[in-house]
Amino acid sequence: MKMHFEIKGVFETRVCLAHMPLTVAEGPVIEFRNVSYRVADTEVLCGLNLEVQRGETLVLLGRSGSGKTTTLKLVNRLVLPTAGEVRVNGVANSDGDLIRLRRSIGYVIQDVGLFPHFTVERNIGLVPRIEGWPEERIRRRVEELLQMVGLGAELAARYPHQLSGGQRQRVGVARALAADPAILLMDEPFGALDPLTRAELQREFLSLQQRLHKTLVFVTHDLREALLLGSRIALMEAGRLVTVLAPDEFLRSTDPWASAYVRAFAGGLSPAADRGAS
Amino acid sequence: MNVFQFILQNRGEVLELTLEHVWLVGFSTLLAMVVGIPLGIAIAHRPRLNKPVLASANIIQTIPSLALFGFLLPVPWLGERADRLAILALTLYALLPMIRNTYTGIRGVDAAVVEAGRGMGLTDRQLLFQVELPLALSVILSGVRVAVVISVGLATIAAAIGAGGLGGFIFRGLSMVDNRVILAGAIPAAILALLADVSVGWLERRLRPR
Repeated sequence: MKMHFEIKGVFETRVCLAHMPLTVAEGPVIEFRNVSYRVADTEVLCGLNLEVQRGETLVLLGRSGSGKTTTLKLVNRLVLPTAGEVRVNGVANSDGDLIRLRRSIGYVIQDVGLFPHFTVERNIGLVPRIEGWPEERIRRRVEELLQMVGLGAELAARYPHQLSGGQRQRVGVARALAADPAILLMDEPFGALDPLTRAELQREFLSLQQRLHKTLVFVTHDLREALLLGSRIALMEAGRLVTVLAPDEFLRSTDPWASAYVRAFAGGLSPAADRGAS
Repeated sequence: MNVFQFILQNRGEVLELTLEHVWLVGFSTLLAMVVGIPLGIAIAHRPRLNKPVLASANIIQTIPSLALFGFLLPVPWLGERADRLAILALTLYALLPMIRNTYTGIRGVDAAVVEAGRGMGLTDRQLLFQVELPLALSVILSGVRVAVVISVGLATIAAAIGAGGLGGFIFRGLSMVDNRVILAGAIPAAILALLADVSVGWLERRLRPR
């Protein structure tokens, strides 16, 4: 028994030291150091080096299979790298408590993944509840979050199947924000919505982010979305990072992959009849 | 004298054997739940275990019940009391639906829901008790339902080794070539099976996630 306490003490000291340097606040919030990930013989991600700064929205743009979702999941260790390390707030995310790490990072996915047997209120309040917040504080927080994502308080008692796709995704965002994480990971959160709802959510999310200043990593294959939301765009192709550019730089870039993207989206709105003529 | 008059006349014994029957089925079902549900959870989370466990449960299922009673008879502690032996045999038969349905139920939980839960920082335990089990519950219960109904039928055979239950009437009726006596065992058994089916089914619907 005594032995056990001693070991625990040593461990805690080590963790404290790792957290000590106050310069951490100046460094990147998320840092990929030479990260690779392979499954059997397939190189999903190869030698990724990337930094995400505090308060910025880094968009990971790329085709399906380019490794952008894997990159996102490396941050909250839903995927473990086969080489290299991912640092969050200056500490390798393989150190310390995995559960603490995940609770300090909001996570939103395309399929939302709301718990179908929980009401909206319980879905949003889940992390605060398992963190042991008092009921009254949870109730106020849920109310506040519903308002923040533009949903009426009357939705709190509904079940996910009673909501529209757009409402569900708003609840998903509210749930990720519940414990006020400094980092938010979003994997094509608006991808499954109809274009009008998507545009509406994108606009609202942009103004929300301008108020909250979360450190945000956002995965999409939609260049318009990337340009609208991103402070920087990291373009990925076949498991490699091609380039990282600000939105205006991206439009002018001579990089073959970047310009291919711009071309593909530029001609997107001409009706079929015009196509033969040009 | 028809069947119903016979049952009425022997209501004391019918009741006694029915209670014995309920005890055999109830206790063995409980045991099978205690063993089978955790096993089902384990193989749902560790895919490598799933084939050997399900195969073993399948093999048990293929052993004819009378033969299984016979095999277990010489086992020291078990063979001493017939009801012990019957309960073990019934438990073994109930395992397959229990394990398989728990496995299917948990594997059937939407992957996005599990991933969201994991990403939010639920521990394995919290994920199991707050997400996976509640969402798999109706499938697990339908396994319980199947197991109970099978057990009620199988338990009649337990009388062959002297474990009691409604099989007593059935075997007696067979040797006396008297249908009334057979039915005095078969009708209450059928009613038990129906009751169990309806009540677990009701529970299953009540607890179904929306």
